[in-house]
Amino acid sequence: MKRSRLLTRLWEFQNKFGFISDNAISEIAQKLRVSKIEIEGVISFYHFFHRQPTGKYIIYLNNSIISEHKGFELVKTAFEKETGCTFGKYCDNTLFSLFETSCIGLSDQEPAALINFHPFTNLNPEKVKSIVQKLKIGVSLETLQNNPTSKIQYIPPGNKTIFFRDYFLGNSIKKILKHSPEELLGTLFKTNLEGHGGAFFSTGLKWKYCKESNSTKKYIICNADEGEPGTFKDKSLLNNVPELVIEGMIIASYITGASKGIIYLRAEYTYLFKKIKNAIQKFKNKGYLGNEILGMKDFKFNIKIQLGAGAYVCGAETALIESLEGKRGEPRIRKYFPTEYGYFGNSTVVNNVETFAKAARIIELGTDFFSNIGTQKSKGTKLISISGDVAKPGIYEIEWGTTIKELLHLSQATAPYYLQISGPSGECINEMEFDRKICKEDLICGGSIMVFNRYRSILQIIENFMKFFNEESCGSCTPCRAGNQILYEKIKKIKKGICTSKDLEEIKEWGKIVSLTSRCGLGQTSTKTFSMAIDKFKDYFNLKVKTCTDNCSIEFDMEEAVYDYDSIIKTTQF
Amino acid sequence: MKNISFKIDGRNCTAEQGQNLIEAAKQNGIFIPTLCHFKHLNPLGSCRVCTVKNNGRTIAGCTLNVDEGMDIEVNTPELLDARKAILEMMFVEGNHFCPSCEKSGDCQMQNLGYETGIRYTRFPHLFVDRIVDARPERIVVNQNRCIKCKRCIEEVRTTDGNRVFNFTNRGNKTLVSIDYEQEAKLSDTQAEHAMHICPTGSILVKGKSFGKPFGNREFDYSNKEKNISFNEIKKHKTTHKKKRIATTSLAGCFGCHMSMLDVDLGILDLIEVVEFNKSPITDIKNFTEHCDIGLIEGGCCNTHNIEVLREFRKNCDILVSVGECAIWGGLPAIRNTVPLEECLKEAYLNSMTSEENEIIIPNHEDIPKILNKVYSNHEVVKIDYHIPGCPPNANHIWNVVKHILFEEEYSIAYPEFKYD
Repeated sequence: MKRSRLLTRLWEFQNKFGFISDNAISEIAQKLRVSKIEIEGVISFYHFFHRQPTGKYIIYLNNSIISEHKGFELVKTAFEKETGCTFGKYCDNTLFSLFETSCIGLSDQEPAALINFHPFTNLNPEKVKSIVQKLKIGVSLETLQNNPTSKIQYIPPGNKTIFFRDYFLGNSIKKILKHSPEELLGTLFKTNLEGHGGAFFSTGLKWKYCKESNSTKKYIICNADEGEPGTFKDKSLLNNVPELVIEGMIIASYITGASKGIIYLRAEYTYLFKKIKNAIQKFKNKGYLGNEILGMKDFKFNIKIQLGAGAYVCGAETALIESLEGKRGEPRIRKYFPTEYGYFGNSTVVNNVETFAKAARIIELGTDFFSNIGTQKSKGTKLISISGDVAKPGIYEIEWGTTIKELLHLSQATAPYYLQISGPSGECINEMEFDRKICKEDLICGGSIMVFNRYRSILQIIENFMKFFNEESCGSCTPCRAGNQILYEKIKKIKKGICTSKDLEEIKEWGKIVSLTSRCGLGQTSTKTFSMAIDKFKDYFNLKVKTCTDNCSIEFDMEEAVYDYDSIIKTTQF
Repeated sequence: MKNISFKIDGRNCTAEQGQNLIEAAKQNGIFIPTLCHFKHLNPLGSCRVCTVKNNGRTIAGCTLNVDEGMDIEVNTPELLDARKAILEMMFVEGNHFCPSCEKSGDCQMQNLGYETGIRYTRFPHLFVDRIVDARPERIVVNQNRCIKCKRCIEEVRTTDGNRVFNFTNRGNKTLVSIDYEQEAKLSDTQAEHAMHICPTGSILVKGKSFGKPFGNREFDYSNKEKNISFNEIKKHKTTHKKKRIATTSLAGCFGCHMSMLDVDLGILDLIEVVEFNKSPITDIKNFTEHCDIGLIEGGCCNTHNIEVLREFRKNCDILVSVGECAIWGGLPAIRNTVPLEECLKEAYLNSMTSEENEIIIPNHEDIPKILNKVYSNHEVVKIDYHIPGCPPNANHIWNVVKHILFEEEYSIAYPEFKYD
């Protein structure tokens, strides 16, 4: 067995037995000739793998902030009441197991849960009751599940849509016949294509590096591990036009000379697996995948799908590569680009779903089409997933340069007050900034906007984000692992009402240290929103803390400090 | 290999091209502190203590290979502070009780604490309950002290090449776990090697570290001048009123007071320039006058401690936390990882010496209430200075007091630092 098969093998055990037993670990360890603890380390890294028996139905309820606002607590209680199980505990119940999970890409239909990876959306206590009762009498999940499709609420008028225009299989692939890889790269450079996962690194440059690498094997990896809370735009692409994404990968293969492709699909999107597989088959049937593609002798490319197993950090490209290699998804040190040293040391291109789709359209439609859409630096359109306090949550394909105000209007936001751009690792903006434009020149956006109205508690939002980072940090570097925990303590302190303005200053200073010294993007961005919110929502935070000057007295919560003692004495003594 | 030149903090340096920055800096006489970096190991970049800036971008120094024209920043105020902060994070994340640690004095993390001058941590201690795992055949792994540097994971392997340690879990629950089967295959030498490469006291070999004190205290630098000169103090003697000192011991062991008395006959000189008000030394129970300086030993474990501390704050111009307990809780804070109810039951109901069927936990309105955890003094009132040590030695204490009282510049140098 190859190490790269590890995740798939673990999934086989997990799906067959509901957990991964000691025996299974022994068997795998023996086959891979590694110690058992190494396998254990991999299993415990991914939260969809279990080491203890689970029920027939494993329910993963999303605990993102959007879910919290839409009734998470009620739904959680309903699940516990109806199943008799507790969240996060392994109990004797052979039918159900309950776990919380980070955002599952259904923010427009929250609260949502996955039951054995089948989607269940817009949950409420009544619905939960009915689902659980039906499962108990043996109704199948297939008949009960909801449609996870996110509504495409908006496409730009005047034939400007890039992603959702009519699609004909092979249209862009056929174009490459007439062009050399160099010419195609030139087209990408002209349209300024950049990674749409959120890092906005030049795609042309990345592919050029890979093309120029003298690595004997090269890989094209599609990052479909869309884990940033509030984001579901990649899901909509894979659901509506998976072929477009595959076409982009084929073009990348043509340009770089890579012969192997992998789609790393997050387990939360397991329900898309078949669809993508069918799409791949269509390309194979047409001769667009396999050997001698388009009759070119040396053009060979195959794509396989690898399922993730629940780890946000695997969305970071080097962590994703580690995960594909059958390891813990810890981001690598910043020493090499994956195009120099990637999957098993080979030159590797990792791009986001949307980037591949856009690349395919660029080749199909040509640079002229793109030059008229968008802004100077950001060409074309961008997919944005909008969720939260809006009447029309869903997918918005907007022209780069659209203002926040327009977007709020389109999505019919109600009393918008706090907006989270690009998810928890992005940034927050306040009312004063609603005229800002979404584009590289002003406000860059990776693909998600969460809208919160003025009645939402900002502290609750930040607390949810910090909890998320505490759980999803890979844990291997000190500032991210410990620093985020320490900042979480500050939230607890603010909630107790014993913070002073000095604490707010400390949050900003400490956040800066965490972001300065962390090893990868997760830690470098995890504290950004917290610090920003303090500056941008001064009035809100000033009400939460006591303002103090140089010599301020320290607040100490005596009541809380003696609470435990008092209750012990009260309940156990006469 | 080609020789190249590059800059560290503006200084011209030379090294072989591609050489590891830590080594290259060392050859050029510049010390970059590291913890996870270890000789031949591939750079791990996990502890981040060696964070530097390369052409303005922060990066772990151990993962950097020098190249022509690089402009490296190492000792800028920002980086020095960040480095100190990372170490402080390690101290608060784990439960590092130096006085009860076998590796104290030979601990690389402790050494870096001294090196970076940590007197107290800016962060609150997290006090997470962590296990001490004695199940392995030869070694004991104390998770309280583990800083997750990954050295043991990468370096310790059985003769067959199998790993003995590996990370398990993720996020704030990440820990270094042991493969018991593989551990049993380690030879004595291999086990001891594991103990020695651990930069803290997390990995210990059974029977090797408890019987006699661990190794050499290679990181203790003692001050040559044993005693401070009190003649110097006398020069401060004026016709003005003597400076007034108050002292107290809260949740401590009185060890710091013992240490204060260790100044021996020097105390005769001392009382020429200062007088003691409320203090166990004078047995004055209540403040009779406002004091210039208050020395606090011990942290706060009950309501009485809080009252006394607040009284000190009111009656003293300057408050100094003396010793580890005062600074962050110290040994009494070992209970902070255990719920109060368990502590009280263990102490009064279930202990070896308690009566059978005992149900009374002593309580009365006159008895102070026990707090849910031991608090450091600076969580309760503003503390102006911290003197680390368990206990700090007499000279150190009086040096600090002298310099504060007579407003002389004084910074604690490495030899004065002691956490145990």
